[in-house]
Amino acid sequence: MINKLWFYMIAIAVAFAATGNRLSLVTEAIMKSMQSSVELGLGLVGGMMLWCGVLKVAEKSGLVDRMAAAIRPVMRLLFPELPAKSSAMGSMIMNITSNMLGLGNAATPLGLKAMQELQKLNLRKESATNAMCLFLVINAAPPVFIPATVMSLRSSAGSANPGFIIVPALLASLAALTVGIISCKLLERVSGVVR
Amino acid sequence: MSYIIPVIILLILAYGHLKGVKVYEAFIEGAVEGMNITLKIFPYIVAMLMAIAMLRCSGGLDFILYILKPVTAFIGLPAEVVPLVIMKPLSGSGALGILADILKRVGADSYPGVLASVIMSSTETIFYTITVYFGSVGIRNIRHTLAAALIAEVTGVVASVMICSRFF
Repeated sequence: MINKLWFYMIAIAVAFAATGNRLSLVTEAIMKSMQSSVELGLGLVGGMMLWCGVLKVAEKSGLVDRMAAAIRPVMRLLFPELPAKSSAMGSMIMNITSNMLGLGNAATPLGLKAMQELQKLNLRKESATNAMCLFLVINAAPPVFIPATVMSLRSSAGSANPGFIIVPALLASLAALTVGIISCKLLERVSGVVR
Repeated sequence: MSYIIPVIILLILAYGHLKGVKVYEAFIEGAVEGMNITLKIFPYIVAMLMAIAMLRCSGGLDFILYILKPVTAFIGLPAEVVPLVIMKPLSGSGALGILADILKRVGADSYPGVLASVIMSSTETIFYTITVYFGSVGIRNIRHTLAAALIAEVTGVVASVMICSRFF
């Protein structure tokens, strides 16, 4: 999908430029964009090193496990059909915790593990269970406490207050998460295959 | 809220210190990872900054924004932020490239700059996640997942607009 989108962005650009006699402007824009991506990339490295460093300390100090313990009761409420001590539950909790701390790279492998565990409990292997759907919806709007990449990018772009966005982003994602979970629970009753 | 970053850093380091973590060494270990992550996402930023720059100065972007105007005006979404909202569900690194472009052009602390940052951190790359997660276990019938995830995504965008416009 992204391959098509990227191609059409460029194709539409060239088509518009050719008809509007703006090809020389586009040439200039390409060269300029290369220059600005290098400046941006260099600015980004510093911020990412800072936040990944801090988050590594959080990871090693067991802060991740602490948060996992905190969200466990909520997860049991959301997934009553799963055994509380199952490894599906464990992997899902670790995945969501990693997402909340902005550890996106750690979150994906844990999420894939969770899907495998959920699939073991699935009786119709080709069709998603309610738990899988809900897990994906939670993944579509995880509340992020430390949006490391965005803050780094903001510093790199010269922001006077890169952390300003933390609270508004948390509120917005909580709204998205709540509405997402409610819609998911409502839709699962009408979406056919039930396990 | 300018104290939020130093406070977060101090809290995490203090907790680590109390738990007997070698904080300096752990920080360096993480920083090396951060360097590698940036190296990995850098090519995506280059690709996306190029495409969006071309689209903008060719007049193509204006055309797309013009078509989408009825929808975006209804939500109260500034034109600068629209490309991000389109890209974010599809590709996280692509969206990062677009956010970089927005912040550079309108300023990171302006209203569209803050709104774009908030949308970037409060929404997810749902198409990508759904494809990879379900694909990895061979599930074809995803039932209501996409509908519910899209509802969450749209809520995230609308909530971002409502919350950010209060600060400005």
